[in-house]
Amino acid sequence: MAKSYGEITKEGLWSNNAALVQVLGLCPLLAVSGSVVNALGLGIATIIVLVGSNVSVSLIRNYVSDAVRLPAFVMIIASFTTAAELLMQAFTYELYQILGIFIPLIVTNCAILGRAEAFARKTSLVPALWDGLMMGVGFTAVLVLLGAMREITGQGTLFSGMELLFGSIAINWEIVLFENYVNFLFAVLPPGAFVALGLIIALKNAIDNYFKTRAEAKKDKVVAGSKRVRVTGTIS
Amino acid sequence: MILSQASSPHAKGRMNVSQVMFTVSAATLPGLACLIWFFGWGYLFNVLTAIIFALITETLVMIIRKRPILFYLKDGSAFLTALLLGLALPPFAPWWIAAVGSVFSILFVKHLYGGLGNNPFNPAMAGYALLLISFPVQMTTAWGAPSVMPGHSLPGFFETLQMYLGFAEVVDGYTMATPLDVYKLNIAVQTQAELAMKSEFLAGWLPGWLWVSIAYAIGGVFLIWRGIITWHTPVAVLASLLIMSGLFSWDADIRVPVYLHMLGGATMIGAFFIATDPVSSATSNRGKLIYGAGIGVLTYVIRTFGNYPDAIAFAVLLMNFCAPLIDHYSRPKIYGHEKSVRGYKKEDKA
Repeated sequence: MAKSYGEITKEGLWSNNAALVQVLGLCPLLAVSGSVVNALGLGIATIIVLVGSNVSVSLIRNYVSDAVRLPAFVMIIASFTTAAELLMQAFTYELYQILGIFIPLIVTNCAILGRAEAFARKTSLVPALWDGLMMGVGFTAVLVLLGAMREITGQGTLFSGMELLFGSIAINWEIVLFENYVNFLFAVLPPGAFVALGLIIALKNAIDNYFKTRAEAKKDKVVAGSKRVRVTGTIS
Repeated sequence: MILSQASSPHAKGRMNVSQVMFTVSAATLPGLACLIWFFGWGYLFNVLTAIIFALITETLVMIIRKRPILFYLKDGSAFLTALLLGLALPPFAPWWIAAVGSVFSILFVKHLYGGLGNNPFNPAMAGYALLLISFPVQMTTAWGAPSVMPGHSLPGFFETLQMYLGFAEVVDGYTMATPLDVYKLNIAVQTQAELAMKSEFLAGWLPGWLWVSIAYAIGGVFLIWRGIITWHTPVAVLASLLIMSGLFSWDADIRVPVYLHMLGGATMIGAFFIATDPVSSATSNRGKLIYGAGIGVLTYVIRTFGNYPDAIAFAVLLMNFCAPLIDHYSRPKIYGHEKSVRGYKKEDKA
């Protein structure tokens, strides 16, 4: 039973979000989300790898036997990661240097292998591509949100250094929210990422709960007395 | 006649939570008085700021959680947390240090884990650790110089208040590093005799820190006498730190000597007031001994090999992690059973 594109979109962005629900790929999520530009850079690289690997895995799904599928998947992911790394080296060299080891480490991002294993190897090309894109966008959205939270609390700025990713257009994008801000190192360091991610997950669960209770409240509106079975007397 | 049937526990403690919290708070007063006397009004401002922000945070959280506000404010736990945090902060740090630490302690460390009695970590020390990691400059350079140092006087009440609120620059002469820090940093290149010529050590030996330690110890003994804490944790902390420093720091030309370990830092407040937190420490008496010994050993290790000036906060937090495990392996024998049940058994379900 194939999933519709709407379902895939919803799962990737919200109900099965790689970062918030599956809680996969925490290593780059927590280490690199110190600022928006880092988060966005790594997020885009992850999207490229995720889409590429999902497409390739889906293409070879009938030719690779189950026994050797994992090594094959890892090879594919590693190839795309290398490609993404070289691309970043070519076009955004400074960001490449800042992100450092975390670009090659996309290989070990469980979210990518997880999608290959759980989804792409069972479906045809286009749904796999769409799933990779949506999962990647969902992951990147959380990454950027986390980056924004940590950049604001950590350095008191937003969108600083965006020119590393977007070139000279973005040189004035930096918003200084607080003048003379004393850097809050806790938010810059990984422990702050744990706390911020916990807050985002809590927020997501709270939103889900809110809609769930609202839907239930709507559904359970039973008219008084409608369920009672009368066994005596006459129905008036 | 109605015979009411109450459920266990039938043996109640002599004090309720509120009485315990405020007795502990009262026991810190000699220490606070000594700190203010020797290091200035900054400690009072820190304590007050921390308490105000803690109570505000507690109130807001209680409103959000739809709990009775006054009932929980009255229990004094937020008050005590903030008091201990305020006592631990450097006196010339700006006001927002105490505010940030206090809000973090109450909101994140206490209430996000479920409120009073559910926090796995000591809130005051977690707040302190957050501040130390986040604001290393303010947290290490704002310690006060004691009033008894020759040729040194403390700033007055209003001058301190101005510096505290940021209307005036903190004068360098009012601050200095803690003796532990000075000794550790300098002993690598100097000998004990050369160090003794430094101004921090020149006036005999730092009477300020000594008296503060004594005052905390008196408060701690008072708590033991009142039966609020048992002797196990403080004795274990102090004994293990004494043994560790005696074994490895006997040569005062190489490492921080024993007396500085025992009296020169936060050892006494840590042993009597921080480590004995009933929520985050081990429960049984045997467990408290292990828990306290762990804190003492870790304090020595972190002080000697770490980069931070003091180590009580990190040692307490690390042992907080271990407290459930210690509890599991130090269960006492239960009346009616032949021997105590310890550790995980095969039939235990996770």
